[in-house]
Order: sequence, then C-alpha cells, then structure tokens
Amino acid sequence: MFRRNGEQLVARFAPDEVNVLRRVAAEVVSLLTDGFDHDDPVVSRLFPDAYPDAPEDSEEYRHFTEGDLKTAKIDQAGAILAALPADGGGEVALDAESAEAWLRALNDVRLALGIRLEIADETSLESELDEAVLRDPTSSRVFQLSVYAYLGYLQESLLEAMIS
Amino acid sequence: MAAPQITPVELPDTEEISELDRPWVTVVWNDPVNLMSYVTWVFQKLFGYSREEAEQLMLDVHHKGRAVVSSGARERMEYDASLLHGHGLWATVDKQ
Repeated sequence: MFRRNGEQLVARFAPDEVNVLRRVAAEVVSLLTDGFDHDDPVVSRLFPDAYPDAPEDSEEYRHFTEGDLKTAKIDQAGAILAALPADGGGEVALDAESAEAWLRALNDVRLALGIRLEIADETSLESELDEAVLRDPTSSRVFQLSVYAYLGYLQESLLEAMIS
Repeated sequence: MAAPQITPVELPDTEEISELDRPWVTVVWNDPVNLMSYVTWVFQKLFGYSREEAEQLMLDVHHKGRAVVSSGARERMEYDASLLHGHGLWATVDKQ
C-alpha cells in the first residue's frame, strides 16, 4: 500500500502483486487497442454516452472526444506498466504526475472488473467472495473478486497518501 | 431543375428563445465502483470545489443517484463531461 515519502508516493509490491498489476493494466491497454468494441459493456462504461436520450448528439460528442480519451486511458495504464519493477517484486516510487495517472488507471481497471463481475450498489464484496469460495475456491471469480478488492484498497491508499 | 422555392419567413417565437437560453448542465450519475473519496477528489480537482462542497456533491450522487456538477454553455459542459470521462466518472450533458 502507498505512503508519502517527501514529494513521492511509495509502495512496496510482492512479485504476485506486480504480476496482477501488470496483467490488469495490460488488459485495459488491449481492450482499448486491438479489442476496442463499442458493444463491449466495459467500453460503454469507460466511454459513456454524453446524451443518453439523443444518440446523434452522443455520436457527435464521441467523434470529437473519443480519440483523446482513448489515448489518455492507454497512457495512464502505461504509467502503471512503466513504473512496475521489471522482474519480481520491489518498490514503486511515483511523482505527483504519475501518481495521478496511476489513480485514474486503477479506477479504469476497477470499472472494467466491476462490469465483468457485475458489481452493483448493494454488492457486499465480502459475502460475494465467501459465496464464490464455497462454490469453487479455485474459480476465476474468486481470483477476480480478490483482485478487485485489492485494487480498491490500493487506489484508496494512493489517494490518501496523495492528499496527506 | 429545381422547383421555385418559397421559403416561409418564420419569426422566432419567444418560447424557442428561452429554450435556447436555458443553460446546459453536466450531470454525474451514481456508480457502484467509484470510491467515494476518489469522486470527492475529482470534483475538487476539476471544478475547484472546496472539500465540503465536493463531499456534498459526492453524497448527492451517492444518495440521489445523480448531481449537477457544473452549468453553462453547451460546449463547456461537453468539455467538463470529457474530463470526467477521463477520470472514469459517469457523466452526461443535459439542459437544466
């Protein structure tokens, strides 16, 4: 989890954590490049209709904003990939600008996972996880729910360190 | 060949003018994923709200399902919406 060290935001990650972060950031990049598909609910969530009741206006808004928005999202996911230790675990130290990029990228990753996991307002992560473990402790849902919970703590810790 | 065109001269009626004058708003909608602390931070950062104002807006989004976070010209609202989308918030543009 992140803490402030002077001007920098610092966290130490175990090899497993680095692997998870690399994987989820790379998944967002691939979703925004090769796999870009407006019919994908994750893409709809990351690029919402500006005018839900006026498809033509939404289309025009998209025409003017989507390129920049996509580039920004790829860049911020790239900021995670760039700062991670190349091999194994280790320390990550972020300046103010990369910290904000991480914060936004972690949010994109959580939005994507949240859609895939069908997280709703009333969802209790703890009971979801308990249920999934009872059903099959080796399932990908158990893994993804744990990753989702972990990324929430990580994002919160980064934000707290930034404003402290 | 084109038929002669008779363009009716229309006087703008007052209702239409007031419709055009109505300011536009940027609306943020509730979302089950975004952290409350993060949403508050985004409102402060993008719109210069104080911590208290930003928290109140975040709570409005959370409890009422939506909140107006800025108002003004349509182009400006689209710009605000794109900044919010850049931060992963669910924003739309609407007439007040």
